[in-house]
Amino acid sequence: MGFLDTMLGRTKPAAPNLDQLFGLPAAAVTLQTSTRFEPTGVGSVCFKAAEGGAFTGLREQVEQLLALDEGKYSEQSDSYGFTWLVRTTTPDDLDGLVTDLHAVNSSLVDAGFGAALLCTLIAFTDGAQRLGLVYLYKRGSWYPFVPNGPERRDTAIELQIKSALEQDLHLENDLARWFPLYDAPGL
Amino acid sequence: MKSRFAPDRGLTSRMLVTIFLLGLLYVVFTAALIVLIKSAVLAIVIAGGVLFAQYWFSDRIALYAMHGRIVTPEQAPELHGVIDRLCALADMPKPAVAIADVDVPNAFATGRSPNKAVVCATTGLMRRLEVEELEGVLAHELSHVAHRDVAVMTVASFLGVLAGLITRFGLYAGFYGGFGDNRDGDDEGDNTALVLMAVVAVSAVVYALSFMLTRALSRYRELSADRSGAMLTGRPSALASALTKVSGDIARIPTRDLRQAEAFNAFFFAPALAPGFSLTSLFATHPPLDRRLEQLAGLSRELGQQV
Repeated sequence: MGFLDTMLGRTKPAAPNLDQLFGLPAAAVTLQTSTRFEPTGVGSVCFKAAEGGAFTGLREQVEQLLALDEGKYSEQSDSYGFTWLVRTTTPDDLDGLVTDLHAVNSSLVDAGFGAALLCTLIAFTDGAQRLGLVYLYKRGSWYPFVPNGPERRDTAIELQIKSALEQDLHLENDLARWFPLYDAPGL
Repeated sequence: MKSRFAPDRGLTSRMLVTIFLLGLLYVVFTAALIVLIKSAVLAIVIAGGVLFAQYWFSDRIALYAMHGRIVTPEQAPELHGVIDRLCALADMPKPAVAIADVDVPNAFATGRSPNKAVVCATTGLMRRLEVEELEGVLAHELSHVAHRDVAVMTVASFLGVLAGLITRFGLYAGFYGGFGDNRDGDDEGDNTALVLMAVVAVSAVVYALSFMLTRALSRYRELSADRSGAMLTGRPSALASALTKVSGDIARIPTRDLRQAEAFNAFFFAPALAPGFSLTSLFATHPPLDRRLEQLAGLSRELGQQV
């Protein structure tokens, strides 16, 4: 924020960065070879639904978009009041999944609700544990999240995945921003 | 980036005028001081030192005074969860999170920079509000952090504190040194007393003016924080509802807690006023509830407009 904005108490809403999302399919290959985590074919977009008629109208458009080609998706809200659009495809169609999620993102951004985007989550599993690769729109960066029972996370595996993916994805270096998403739908 | 919210030029210009008037006052006061007394250095150094300490240790002072304690994500998962998400939405570093065991429903943010900030909510607030409303209140507090309101208000109130100190020193010197106490009968003593009285008078006027101006600035910054907070969550109505709940409750809470809280009103979400104590709008640190609700209703209408 600039000096003038500070003086006048104005915040410019942070703009989302959608580009880094497409690095995911390549990273998933690395992840599979180095750790055994495989995609489940489930991905979700999390946003804060604004009040008012404009957002409701937009939401209907997005839902129609996702329903094309008999796409499987569901909509859920979590305990923090955020909305999750969960898209389910086949595990080997990561490219298609990323494209669908990107379509949701860009329609929100085009309608002026880009600031409402919180994160995108792509689910992985190695049979025993679940892994979510979380994309932070405002930072344009990824971080791994491995839940380990209620309100517990496995930080050791998360750090291991971070070092495995460092070449492929732009990973979030500030660990304070790796916030937990315990009740994330689709994970 | 495309935003759904039109900039509020009125609020911006009112704040600019206030800041300008404060600056002008500062220049006039300094000039008057230089003319009237030759060594104001000591007073300025003392006042500056006190204010700087207040600014530098603001996080610890406010937490200590409000009996706030820093909580970990394990101790308060819900509060941390809300703040995590808001910080990710706004792309700002996460502040320390604290809880004060007080039944006054309130929240405050303090700390000299976004990296050293603390956001504190009282248990009374968390007990009364729904998650949506709590989120609105915390977004308001995070906007204070993003706008660096502690730094801005400290700088803005520097002059007022300084003038207040000089008034007090001057009166003290006047009473005990004696105004016009010139038994020798020479003109030198008479002049000193006159200069002293002039300094006290100027300082008192400056203090009164800067007091009103900093209060006005504080009100504008509250409106700014309301606005930015509502824009962050996209739910102006949730913040409005929280405001109504909190303001309605404030009249019914025990006086002892309120008196304890009053010194920190400037950083609060809604001011705590002892019952029966009415302030004119000129001296209030916060804008009237109607004004705040009106602004939020306007934002809500902007959100309702079709794409």
